Formats: sequence, C-alpha cells, structure tokens
Amino acid sequence: MAEADQKEKEEEKEKTTVTVTLDGQDIEAEPGELVIAAAERHGTYIPRFCYHPRMREVGMCRMCIVEIDSGRGPALQPACMAPVADGMKVDTESARTKKAQDGVLEFLLINHPLDCPVCDKGGECPLQDQTLAFGPGESRFVEEKRHFEKPIPISDLVYLDRERCVLCDRCTRFADEVAGDPLISFIDRGNHTQVNTFPDDPFASYFSGNTVQICPVGALLARPYRFRARPWDLDQVESTCTACSVGCRIAVQSSSNRLVRKLGVDVDPVNWGWLCDKGRFDFEAVGSDDRLGAPLVRAPGAEDLAEASWSQALAAAAEGITRARIRRGPESIAVLGGARGTNEDAYAWSKLARTLLGTDSVDAQMGDGLPAEAVVGLPRATIDAACAADTILLLGPDVKEELPVLYLRLREAVVERGATLVELSPVETGMTRYAEASLRYRPGEVTELVRALVDESAAVGDSERPGGLAPASAVREAAALLRRGSLVCLLGRPSLAEPAQPVVDAAGVLLDALPETTFLPVLRRGNVAGALDMGLAPGLLPGRIGLDQGRPWLAREWEALPGGRGLDAQGIITAAAEGRVGCLVLVGADPLADFPDRELARRALAGAGFVLAVDCFLTDSSRRADVVLPAAAFGEKSGTTTNIEGRVSRLHQKVTAPGTARADWMIAAELAFHLGGDLGFDSVDTIWDEIERLAPSHQGLTRARLASPEGFDGIVAGTVHDAETHGGPPSMAQTDSPGIQGALAHTKVDTLASSAMGTADKPDPSSGLAMQPPDPSGGGGGGTGTVAGRPAVLRWTPGPSAGGPPPLDRYSLRLVTSRRLYDDGTFVHHSPSLAPLAPGARLGVNPADLAPLGVGTGARVQVTSGRGRVVLEAVADPGVPQGSVALAWNQPGPGAADLIDVTLAVTEVRLETLSVPAPTSGRGSDA
Amino acid sequence: MAVSDAAPIISTRFDQTDAHTLDGYLRTGGYAALRKALAMTPDQVLEEVKAANLAGRGGAGFPAGAKWGFLPEDVFPRYFVVNGDESEPGTCKDRPLMERDPHQLIEGLLISCYAVGAAQAFIYVRGEMALAQERLAIALNGAYAAGYVGKDILGSGWSLDVVLHWGAGAYIVGEETALIESLEGQRGMPRLKPPYFPAAKGLYMQPTVVNNVETLSYIPWVLQHGGEAYAAIGTEKATGLRLFALSGHVRRPGVYEVEMGTTTFRDLVEAPVYGGGMRHGNALKAFIPGGASAPWLYPEQLDLGLDAGPVGAAGSMLGSGAVVIMDETTCAVRAAWRLVRFFAHESCGKCTPCREGGAWLEKIMRRILDGYGREEDLDLLLDVGDNISPGPFPHPASDGEDAVPFPFKQTTICPLGPSTVSPVYSSIWRFRDEYLVHIKEGGCHHG
Ligand SMILES: Cc1cc2nc3c(=O)[nH]c(=O)nc-3n(C[C@H](O)[C@H](O)[C@H](O)COP(=O)(O)O)c2cc1C
Ligand code: SF4
Ligand code: SF4
Ligand code: SF4
Ligand code: FES
Repeated sequence: MAEADQKEKEEEKEKTTVTVTLDGQDIEAEPGELVIAAAERHGTYIPRFCYHPRMREVGMCRMCIVEIDSGRGPALQPACMAPVADGMKVDTESARTKKAQDGVLEFLLINHPLDCPVCDKGGECPLQDQTLAFGPGESRFVEEKRHFEKPIPISDLVYLDRERCVLCDRCTRFADEVAGDPLISFIDRGNHTQVNTFPDDPFASYFSGNTVQICPVGALLARPYRFRARPWDLDQVESTCTACSVGCRIAVQSSSNRLVRKLGVDVDPVNWGWLCDKGRFDFEAVGSDDRLGAPLVRAPGAEDLAEASWSQALAAAAEGITRARIRRGPESIAVLGGARGTNEDAYAWSKLARTLLGTDSVDAQMGDGLPAEAVVGLPRATIDAACAADTILLLGPDVKEELPVLYLRLREAVVERGATLVELSPVETGMTRYAEASLRYRPGEVTELVRALVDESAAVGDSERPGGLAPASAVREAAALLRRGSLVCLLGRPSLAEPAQPVVDAAGVLLDALPETTFLPVLRRGNVAGALDMGLAPGLLPGRIGLDQGRPWLAREWEALPGGRGLDAQGIITAAAEGRVGCLVLVGADPLADFPDRELARRALAGAGFVLAVDCFLTDSSRRADVVLPAAAFGEKSGTTTNIEGRVSRLHQKVTAPGTARADWMIAAELAFHLGGDLGFDSVDTIWDEIERLAPSHQGLTRARLASPEGFDGIVAGTVHDAETHGGPPSMAQTDSPGIQGALAHTKVDTLASSAMGTADKPDPSSGLAMQPPDPSGGGGGGTGTVAGRPAVLRWTPGPSAGGPPPLDRYSLRLVTSRRLYDDGTFVHHSPSLAPLAPGARLGVNPADLAPLGVGTGARVQVTSGRGRVVLEAVADPGVPQGSVALAWNQPGPGAADLIDVTLAVTEVRLETLSVPAPTSGRGSDA
Repeated sequence: MAVSDAAPIISTRFDQTDAHTLDGYLRTGGYAALRKALAMTPDQVLEEVKAANLAGRGGAGFPAGAKWGFLPEDVFPRYFVVNGDESEPGTCKDRPLMERDPHQLIEGLLISCYAVGAAQAFIYVRGEMALAQERLAIALNGAYAAGYVGKDILGSGWSLDVVLHWGAGAYIVGEETALIESLEGQRGMPRLKPPYFPAAKGLYMQPTVVNNVETLSYIPWVLQHGGEAYAAIGTEKATGLRLFALSGHVRRPGVYEVEMGTTTFRDLVEAPVYGGGMRHGNALKAFIPGGASAPWLYPEQLDLGLDAGPVGAAGSMLGSGAVVIMDETTCAVRAAWRLVRFFAHESCGKCTPCREGGAWLEKIMRRILDGYGREEDLDLLLDVGDNISPGPFPHPASDGEDAVPFPFKQTTICPLGPSTVSPVYSSIWRFRDEYLVHIKEGGCHHG
C-alpha cells in the first residue's frame, strides 16, 4: 500500500499537467493553476471583479463562484481561489452556478448608483456589461440606496466615487502589494465599508493611475481623463511609452484627434500592465496649446523669432549649416539630442550628421548619462534577468524616481521572490528599504568602494572606510552577497554633480573581478538606448559599432564618413562656449535645462555661430536658436523605440501633429534635400529596413518580426543573431492573441472590458475600440541574411581608471543631485496635472551638519560653490550622510545646475544661513 | 426530568470570591495539573486530551485533541491562540470563565501549548470585556511572577510567553481566521478556507491552534483525572459537561454547567436548578439551541438531548452553547429582525453576498415591521437568503425530509452570512402567518 502510494506520488511529480473536466470537456491545466485562469486559457471566461492575475487572490467579490467537484460532490467555490486538481469537475453553466452568480450580481447592483450616463466607465464597464447580459430587467430592491459624497479626491490625480465601488480590493491590494504605498485602505465595516485614504494622508503614489485602470467599475477616476471621452468614441493603437526608457507597452487612445488616455498592456518581460503616473498622464503635453505648430526664424539682426514657412525655414537652416561648413569646416558642426524620438528619427539624424553635415560631434546624451561605449558595449542584462539574478547590484540613480516601473519589477523580485539587492549610493533612495545591504559612499569615491567590495587583493582593514563612509564590516558582508552567484548590475549616474568616470571605472573593476556580471543601464530619456544604438554618440555608428571599425562597411551605402572621432556633449558645449562651434543643432535637446553645468551651457548657446533647434516646444534653449523647426511628439508619429534592455518595440501614430509639425526623421530628410543631398528613405518603414540591413546589432530584427506576436513584447536587439533566442516558435500566450489584436486581448483581460464578460451573442461594445492596424500592408522586408563584411558589435573594455579619489575638503559639503519623477522637464512642465507635483529644489542636509548652523528644516540657506550661488530651503534629512548634501535635479527655479562645474571631480558647496536662526529643538529629524 | 449528578468541573470556583487571585486558585488545587503535565511527555499529554474526546466549545464542536493532531510535523514555530471574543447574542459563558477563574484558563493554555510544542501563546479577549481583561492581566502577571509562565517554567526547562490582546469591538473576529488577521494587525476579516486552515498556515502563516476559552478551561481537569474519566461523563458521543448560557423567557436565566447527552432542552428549561420553568408559566413558542446563528427549534423538539448529533439531525446546532427561549408573547417577525439586524451590522464587508444581502434582508424586515410590507416580500426574503446560503434550509425533522447537515452551503467566505439567513428562514418557515398579519394589518398581535 505504502509502496503504491509512493509510486503514485512519484508519478504525480513527473506529470506536468493535470486534467480537469470543464463543462464536460477535458482540458489540460498547469499544476497549481487557478480554475479561473485555466478556464480562460481554454476559452471559458468566468466572470470576476476582484481577481487580477498580477495580484494575490482574495476571493472577495464571489462573482466567479462555480460548482466544483473535487470528489466529494459539487460545491460552490470561487474559481479564483481554487487551484486545479486532477479529476476535478468544474461546471460554469449549471443552474446552481448561474443562480449564485446572478445573485452576486444583483447584490452588487442593489446599492450601485447606476449613473452610467455620466460615468467614465460607461461603455467599458464589466458591471454594466454583466448586467446587460444576465441581469434582471427590473430591480427587486425598493429600499433606499447607500449614499456617499460624490467623487472625493484621494490624490492630485485620482478621484474616488464610493457609491460606485464594488469593494473588490483591487486598488487597495495594488497600492499595498504592487506599489508598496499602502495609502488607501478599507475603512468602516459591513455594508458601510468604503475605500478611503487615511486622514490628511493622500494617495500620493507614483503609481496611482494603475488603480484607475484596474478598477472594474467607474469608482476611481483619473483627473486628466475624467469626462474627456466616452469609450465608444475612443480609437486606440498599440504603442510604447517613451516618457522614460523602461519602455512600458501601452495602448494609446484618442478621441476627436486628441490623446486622452494611455493604458498599460500586460507583457511579461516588461511592465506587466503597470505604468507610472508620469508615463500615464504626460500625454497632456502632447495636446498643449504651447506646442509649436509652425517653423520660427530669427531674421538677421532681429530680436525675436517669427513664424515662417517650412521652405523658408529649411532654406535658412541649410544656409546656416552650409556657411559653417564652408567657413569653419564640418568639424565645427555639432548635433545634440535625439534621445526623445524614435529609432528611425535617431538613425536619420545620425546619418545626416555623418554624411551631409560631415561631423562626428553628435551626442544624444546631455553629459548626464554614461559614456556611449559603455552603454552599448557592456554585456547587457534584461529586466527579467536582473530580477532573477542571485544578487542585484544597484549602482546608479534612484530607480524609483527615474525608471518607476523597473522599480515595481525589482520590488516584486525582492518582496515576493526573495531577490537580494545590494545598493551603493551616496544618499538613501527609494530602493534602500528593499536592499539587503545599502552602502553609502562619499561623492567621487565609488570606485574605491567597488574595489574594496570585489577586488580580493585589496584587503580592507578593520578601521578603513572604503569610499569614505561604509564601515569595513558592512563592506565585507556586502562583498559576500556579490559573490553568491549570478550578478546583474544596474549601472547609471548616482549623481550629476560628479562626472561619469568614477562609475565607469567602478564597472571596470567589477567586470575585472567578476567577469560574468551583466549590466542594465539606468538611463532615463525615452529612447536613449535606441539613439546610442543608432550611433548618436561620437565614435559610434548604427548597430553598436565603432566609427573606424564600421567605416568600410557603412561607406558602401553612406556617402562619406567623418575622418575622426568627434566631441561628446561636454566637449561640444565647451567648444561652443569657446566659440569653436559654427553650427549647433539641437534635436529635442535643452542643454540649459539638462546639461549639468548651466553656466557653461549658457555660454555655449551664446558662443555657437548658428543654432538650429528641432523641438515640440520653445524651451529655454530653443528660444535662443536662429531657426526652430516644429517636431511631432509622442503619439503623432510611428516607428520603433528601444528600452534600456535594448528591446525594440513599436510606436504608432494616433493623432496628427499640430500645425505643420513633423517627425524628426522627416525634418532630417527634408534638410538633406535642402543641403543638396538625399538620405535615401521616404518612410519609417524604409528607414527600418535600412537599419535592419546596416546595423549589425539589429540584423534579423525585421519589420515582420516586430509586427508578429513575438514583437508584441518587443524584441531585444543584439541577441537576434543568436538562433537560440529567436529560433523557437512564439510562446503560447502570444499565439493566442496575435499582434495588435493581442494588445486588445490583453487590455481586455486587464480592464475586464466588455466582451469578455458578456455573452457570445451580444455585440461586442468594445469593437469600436479595436486597435487600428497601423500598417495594413503588414511588415514587409524579410531578413537579409548574413552579409559579408558586417562588423561585430562593440565590446566594452575598461580604460585606465581616473585615479584616486578627489582630496577631501573638510570645510565643504559634497553635492549629490539626481532626478525626481516629477521635474521641470518639458513634458511634465506642459502637463497641467503633473507640473504641480514637482517637489521643488530643497536641500537635504544631515541633521548633524545643519545643527551647527543653528537652523532646522524650513530655513533658507545660501549654497555657494566655485561655480555659483543659490538660495534654497534646507531640510534635515538623516538619509543624507554627514558631509554631503542632496538636491533634486532640474526642479523649477535655480538649483543644482547653477552649482556644478563639469570640469571638477566633485561639487563642493558651503552653506550659510540667511534667516534668523530658528530653534532647532525637535525639528532635527523632520525629514 | 433528569438532572445529572455529575459534579461540575470548570464552574466550581464561580462562587469563590477570590478564585481570580493566584492565592485563591492555588488554595483550590490550582497549577497541580500543570506540574503533572510537565512530568509527562508532550505526546502523553496529547493522548490524554485525545482520549477525553473534548469537543470544541467555540461553535464548530471539533474535538480539541484531533485538531491539535492536524499540526504539520516539524514545522516550527507554531502558535496557540485563545479565542475569548465571545460576542454572539445570548452567549455569555466564556466571560465568567475569564472573570472568575482566569488562572484555570491560563493553566489549561500552558498545558495545551506544552502538548503541541507551541512557541508562543496569545489570548484574544473581546474589546468590551473590561473586567475579564483586567483579571486576566493581573492573573497573568501573577503567574509570570510565580514562575508558572515565562522562562523555564517550574524548573522544567520549558518556556512559554503569553501575550494578551484586546479586540476592538467586532463580532466577526470571533471567527478564527478573522481573529488571526486582527492579531496580525490587519482588519478583522476572515480568510478563505481552503486553501489554508490555521493548523497548516495560521498566525504569521505558521501552524496555529485556535481554541475557545471554555475548551481550554477543561484541560486542567482532564489532565488531573485523565481523558477517560472525562469521556465517561455524558453519553458515548456527547462526552463530558458543558456550560450552557440560558436566556430568554425562563424563570432563572443563567450559565449552567450540565452533563452532555443525558440532559435535554426540557431539563434545561424546567429543572429547578436550571431554568426553573417558563416565565409566568407561559407557553414555549420557539427556542434557539446554540446561539443566534443556529436555526430555531420548536416546542416539539424540546426533548432532544444536548448532543450535537440529534440537534444537527433536527436541522440546527449546539453552536456556542447559548439557549434562547421565546415564549408565546414573542413577535416572531420582530425577534427575527433583531437577529438579522445584529448579523447585518456585524458583517465584516469582505464578501458581497453577506455585505449586501445581509443589509438588504434587514431593510426588508424593517419595512415589514414598519407596516410597509408586501406579500411578495416573503418570497424575496427567501430568495435573497438562498443567494447567500443556497439549497434547502435545514428544517427537515418536522417536514420528514432528509437532514441537511450543518454548516449550510454558502456563497460567502465565512458562516456569518448564512447566520443572517437563519432567523429569516426559521421565522418564515414556522410563522408565515405572523408576517402576513404585519403585511396586511400593518401591525402585530403581540403588542
Ligand atoms: C461568525 C463566527 C463567529 C465566531 N465567534 C466565536 C467566538 O466568539 N468565540 C469562539 O470561541 N469561537 C467563535 N467562532 C468559532 C471559531 O471560528 C473557532 O471555530 C473556534 O474558536 C475554535 O475553538 P474550539 O475548537 O475550541 O471551539 C466563531 C465562528 C464564526 C464563523
Ligand atoms: S475603488 Fe474600484 S478597485 Fe477599488 S475597491 Fe472599489 S471597485 Fe475595487
Ligand atoms: S516607467 Fe517609464 S516607460 Fe513605464 S510608464 Fe513610466 S515613464 Fe512610461
Ligand atoms: S460572510 Fe460576512 S462576515 Fe464572513 S467574510 Fe463574508 S462579509 Fe465577512
Ligand atoms: S471571488 Fe473570484 S473573482 Fe472575486
């Protein structure tokens, strides 16, 4: 008997599927799979409100109740809580199932206000659809309904209508489980239960918009969308968010040619359906009245920019460029920017610069990122690989602030799956609380800390503090964590007040000691990874190849290539400030806002001969240009974008650009004509085909593949020639919902949209919402196969390290500055809902450094560096180590950029009080 | 009429005015059972409790020893939780145990923890029971000081910490998983069982035993006298004694410790040492045999023994040991409404049928009482009830149908939802005519 048991158990183990009878049909399910999910995979949609595949199941709404027989007779059980078991019989259609489900639906409706005509959700509401499909014609409820004050704001972005709430716990679970911001909760009890915030504590989460998306009714409303559209008026396309470089997959919706909503689409490798609020709501800027709709030209000698026709403006631009080229040589031309557009835009500008302009001085980064060779040449990890690594090393800015959905993924890896985080950071960050070890270092001294961590020959003495701050014991503990197994390093600029060099040196040390380490760059600008892949960096050509190494290959198709390596952003800006730049082209670049040293940027714009700007808005920088060409923005153009992993995914146009604004690539092509040349393409498709043909890292990444189910998740470039990664058939889930339809299917599941909850014979009310096939001809261009002479992609090798740490000045404090999610960036600035959320530039100071000044939080202090002087409000912040001060980057008004001198290894500042010393008692830790 | 001569066990100190003090408890044999237990192996202790066949007294009636046996082997730490949330209307037998004999509970708990290898124990006391809280706190401090609780108990090398926790005024936290949530600092909302029962994953997702105050109060005696001695009291299936809280229209309402099985409801109502007969000699109309959530029984069922089996077969349950007697002057509609109102008010709000359906039932009943009822409301009440607790309702005995076993089927997470339905069904099933009087005449014959 026991033996038989044993045998049975072993057989059980070997079995990879279980067989369940679903409505009389045998289906195969995965062990542990929930009945609701297994049924759905086999085409039976069990209605639900509380179940959400990305959150823990709670079994609260009871809508999914079905008769399940696990051998002891059929019993009503919630399908969302019942894991499948061999031999289980599930009946989703029995009379008892139907009666129970109808009963639950009736219960949910008795107190529901049924104000569908004025509800945002009306038309895409599962409750409405369920009711239409199965609900009783007439209400049996004659009592008075429950009343609450109609929508109350629970944050700056979200309203809550408690009368419509069905108490499914999705929003509250999301806030707690997924976002880690448990700021909304159930309050009161029983029939008076409601969702609410805690008193005086709003739902101030970077992820609040997700609750609106997953709310199965119209109880949560997004301020930027409320009353803006009715679902049946919406059109949508599949796209990718470019507000940062995580590359969340989305559906973009418009009504009457205006963007009104972005919805997260659930793809496994990236965003799991989530978005951050900045990404979700910054579409407001696209429709802003401040958008540029016509070219602007400054007539010779004139003060102001004046509207001009495209031909006038392009002629003026061509003239400015030609004059610089002839008088001062092509090396006097420089192109900054290109990280905010599509890959096709970046490629077009990269080609224009290298051929017709004849310069290699191009840079998509603003001196605020990492050296391009490191980004494209370090062994790259995917987000999935990072989350699955034995240890994740954070050596960059605050991921929660810069790449919010990556933060969600990492947080999930730590909280739900026990991943180990080691953080090296000059100040505390949003990741610190999830780190197993979080080591502080003094600005400028990260290389020493990393060396102490991984270089086994560098013995750390007990009294030593490598990197200036971390005790030897903590360093040894963290060092052990780094050697536990696979290691993925998230690499970026922890602070813009110091150069990138120490971070790059640190990466070199790491790679020397632990050669298996892979890297995920932490760079923010939407398509920075794509722009670098397209060669928008000095010395780099499209496809991750070096200028010299790629010259013979590219010269076959590109007319001519610059002779030698050009300047990077810092070099360009320094040269311009010194009067050595004859023509400066700004492609969506605003160095006055983004370059770390504002004084130098100011001198550069003044010192550059001719300035051409391509931009969506007049920015501080483009305002100073001689010619401004209006550019199409996100949602107004199609193409592809590349995220930090190197994952290429598609963008689709949804609305038309204002006035005569057009895509960056088109501007490049037209400018080429005016310069007497021809870039050789006339559509994004022809550009992509050229990229696929010429860029070694993108070989095989054809349009057809990008448009296929496989492309729905995005395809990681640089791995495509590896047969193993793309040789296999597309995954099951993807074949089930091919391509663009997939976006709809995913959104449907996610938002519980109508048809999925309705009956088969009911017309699908969401059909008006079908994703428009943006390219009816489908992806053309097949793979080109291997072409002889194609150079290999770059591999980064560490160069000589910059040398030891900068000398310590005991009388000064070292500045740390990094970005916040909400800043004074162009898109946030022009999104009315987001702009007020920028926290402002406040100076975080360790209480012990503030005390000697005799002031506390709220005091105004004068901050002086060798570069400049600003007055800021001080905040006592124990998360900032003694000896350092922290300041949010690019907030409205004067700030860090006015203090930084990019030629120095660290930014040292002194503080002086301005206000009458306030009593410091008790306010010390008032962070 | 049979009044058993079995001596009371856990109520012996109810009249001893200093029984709640350590001195008073020690004077009457306190903590001797603990000494005895510590001299045995935990398994031996467990065997005694199993032999006693001591049914749980919190409501479900599951034997304590068997429940302890469900703890998964080798999973530690494990926790022990005492359920002292007693809040069901009519139930008031845990309260005197905590107020008048707190050391007996602590001693029972210590022995139980020793038997199951619990690392820490928690006593969860209903929020409103101030005196019980005070007495338990003083008793626990005294027991700590005297070395009965804490490190190296009585020099045995075995240690245990006991934590007191006061509820915040919700009936639902009496349900064991809601209690666990509340102990963890969450809202008191039940967890869905399955997948996890507390024995497998309870407090902090560790194996946990939850036992009622009364259940544990019997443990010292069981250890002192042996499980067999306990099982010898009562009948074969209904073993031992049990506290019954008798309330309603009897002459002597009160808490009585009576012998199971051999005693009948009639004994409980009529015996001079118990209820002493109906108030004013009125006729019995209906009675609730096991707390507000139990379906009602009627005069013809008065001779049922105090035994879970026959009471279950009659379509109700012994539940929490509260017997509520209603005489002929009672308005069945109003009585039912009062109970429905209680459950609707105490619904935790987690699941839809109870949260919405309970309140709906209450509103309909209130409307009928207010004189605005409609005849179709009766079918509506029954159908709403059916959507909370589907299937035939347990009233089989008089109908000749097969017994519908308790607990009822439910569309809810926990049995509170169906509890709301219980008085609605019980009253309509038997007293439909009274509803019709309210509906047609707008008032009541019971004044
Ligand atoms: C709605 C509801 C309320 C309950 N209230 C109590 C209570 O107040 N006290 C109690 O001991 N058990 C109560 N229970 C039963 C407990 O869930 C649990 O079964 C009991 O505490 C186990 O102890 P026992 O085995 O010693 O009876 C309640 C159950 C439900 C469903
Ligand atoms: S607000 Fe929406 S998501 Fe939140 S509990 Fe209510 S219905 Fe669910
Ligand atoms: S994380 Fe980045 S890509 Fe994702 S929604 Fe936010 S801004 Fe967009
Ligand atoms: S049945 Fe009632 S008390 Fe129980 S979980 Fe559901 S709502 Fe809460
Ligand atoms: S109970 Fe299963 S979806 Fe809500």
